[in-house]
Amino acid sequence: MSLDYVKFSPGFDRFMPKEYRDMVNHGPFGKKTTVSQMGSFKEILEEHPMCAGCAMTLFIRLAMISFPNPEDTITVGTAGCGRLAISQAAIPFVYGNYGDQNAVASGLSRGLKLRFGDKPKDVVVMAGDGGMADIGFSMTLHSWFRKERFTTIMLDNEVYGNTGGQESGMTNKGQVLKMAPLGKKFEKMDMVGMAKLAGCAYVATVVPNNPRRVESVIKKAVLIAREVGPTYIQAYTSCNIEYSIPTDKVMEDANSVEGDRYKFEEYITDDAKNYLANRYGYKIYQEKPAAALPKA
Amino acid sequence: MSNPLEPDVKTNPQGDPISTLEPEQKTNPQGDPITSAAPIKVGGGSKDPHEAAKKQRVVTPEYMFFEAPRKREFITGSEAAKEAVRRSNVDFSVAYPITPQSETMQLIGVLYGEGYVKEYYRGEEEYGVMSAIAGGSRAGVRCFTATAGPGTLRGLEPIASWPGHRLPAVAMFTCRVVNAPLAIQPDNIEVSYLLNCGMIVFHAENQQDLFDFIMKGFIIGEQNDVTLPVGVACDGFFVTHARNYVDMQEKGIKLPPRQAWKGAVPVLDAENPPARLSRDAPVQKSNFMAYNIHAVWQQEVWAAVERSRRYIDKYMGGMLTAENVEGAEAVIVASGSACAQSREAVRLCKEQGLNVGLIKIRSLRPFPTAELRKLLTKTKLVVIPEFNYVAWLAKDVAAAVYGYSNAKIIAGPHVYGGMSMPVEMIVDEVVGGLTGKKSIAVPDSAIMGRDVNQADVAHFMQNI
Repeated sequence: MSLDYVKFSPGFDRFMPKEYRDMVNHGPFGKKTTVSQMGSFKEILEEHPMCAGCAMTLFIRLAMISFPNPEDTITVGTAGCGRLAISQAAIPFVYGNYGDQNAVASGLSRGLKLRFGDKPKDVVVMAGDGGMADIGFSMTLHSWFRKERFTTIMLDNEVYGNTGGQESGMTNKGQVLKMAPLGKKFEKMDMVGMAKLAGCAYVATVVPNNPRRVESVIKKAVLIAREVGPTYIQAYTSCNIEYSIPTDKVMEDANSVEGDRYKFEEYITDDAKNYLANRYGYKIYQEKPAAALPKA
Repeated sequence: MSNPLEPDVKTNPQGDPISTLEPEQKTNPQGDPITSAAPIKVGGGSKDPHEAAKKQRVVTPEYMFFEAPRKREFITGSEAAKEAVRRSNVDFSVAYPITPQSETMQLIGVLYGEGYVKEYYRGEEEYGVMSAIAGGSRAGVRCFTATAGPGTLRGLEPIASWPGHRLPAVAMFTCRVVNAPLAIQPDNIEVSYLLNCGMIVFHAENQQDLFDFIMKGFIIGEQNDVTLPVGVACDGFFVTHARNYVDMQEKGIKLPPRQAWKGAVPVLDAENPPARLSRDAPVQKSNFMAYNIHAVWQQEVWAAVERSRRYIDKYMGGMLTAENVEGAEAVIVASGSACAQSREAVRLCKEQGLNVGLIKIRSLRPFPTAELRKLLTKTKLVVIPEFNYVAWLAKDVAAAVYGYSNAKIIAGPHVYGGMSMPVEMIVDEVVGGLTGKKSIAVPDSAIMGRDVNQADVAHFMQNI
């Protein structure tokens, strides 16, 4: 809940829900926290029912620590493993219908813009590969073509995990899964390419075994989406159950996938670079001063 | 390659050469000359296009509905919907075209251009539209959209979840054919799907109803102890495309804005406790949700539908209107366009010396059960004409009055797929029902109640 709009009269703050008071007193609300401080503050996502060794859960935790204004952030998702954790977080989460997340976020972000003007109210979509590339594909793409100003994060475990391990559009070609008894017959969908084509201002691929990088791309994506345009992050968040990855090998797997189909890639438009440089002081995007002319 | 010796002769779409002496004639795609199209203004000088919208002043719903002077205009149903939205302080609207709704939502686009609606876009398809309306309504702004037939069915999954999310948006349904073979003609079978969503459903007979029900829908749906979406159905073409007289308030006034904090469930603006909305308010918890949480939540949705009755009575003057029911030999019960046909049937019956009453049902959800039981206690015959095959209204009426009335109930006549409903068909059912003459239009299985062979009606009763 926002810190800036609601001021509690002294003595009344203790009537707020404990989760909220904890977020203010011991959590990230109203202060800057970083992934390197993990373990020293109360996280937005603490309890969850995910499987042991779930890389998706780690990624969601990292992503939530990275939100620039968690107290003014609303997450939107759909059916899938991810929402089992996201719905336990201390920030509002919209769990709507199947694959509707980018359409709901379109209405939500526009509605919040009408009510709160330029005050940042960050809308972040977090949904799985099936929800985004299969059932919600048209709404995902159209929200990008419309230049909707919110962040879309794909939790790509390359499988329908929550329904028990069926092939998705993001599964690799040849992979045998339920509903793909002879192996998947077409290639992994190029959602990164489509995000660029559809006009996203910032696109990045990331794996969860590099927390600082996750933090960096999430922060940029959320900030750019405030004013410049749609942003897309595609994260490899392996399903150690359906892909039979031993729990102690999950990070090794992420590491090897990073070297294969999830090489770190970052695409940013000039508008987005300028915005980050001028509005938020990102030094890497600031124009370097012209070298002094050599004396004649 | 054109022959250099024979210069290209420009022709019009009919193939006649266009003489360069006469100015080029603009034609529409059918080849008819366009003579009256006004030039499209671009820019338009320094005048603020939002000037009139900015000058609108807020009035109370009571003043708007009951006191404000009204002026009569001869307009289409689509225009009536536009004028209702103009006066309803709507923030957000998403459009997707489908016959016969398209004109309505493009007129809402005109309102957006004029500043009466603050945000508007053309969505990808109805699933996306209804989801975006859900998003907007969760953000706490007032939302409106419209669709029809196949669009209603395509958007039904998100629409059916609006009540559970307690989203007080207003949607207009300009009913048309849904089933194969596909057609665009009037048929209100889609209402039968909407009746079971947990939303409030009104059925407009004419352009005036459409105008009033949309505006009142916002106020009724946004009451704290209601907080539900409102569907305003009308029969496509008959209402949307035809002109009729509509009494309207001046354009310079509008309803008060939606007050998001007033809802029964906090909106998702990160301003409202509890902080963990999805955890603390037990919506959509899926695997973690005890079955009884879903059960009590749905009970509460339908209880909210019940609580809307007093606001419908207050703002709409009741869920039904009864004309000449007291002492009538037979009563016709109808909703939507069938009411207009039925009113004429009542007049024809009177010419034949038959005293027939008419009950027009305006609110299908909540359904006027108690009112019908009272009104139909002594009636001998009830005739229920409908513009669909499945007789959703007759089923609701029969279920409502079962055990409270000895009337013989005729579920018909029915027309569908765009057929018109000749008034004589209704008169035939009234006369046949009273005299016992067998109907050629309504099967035995669609007749129930007094003096009816139970075996004959088994088919219909099973469907209730």
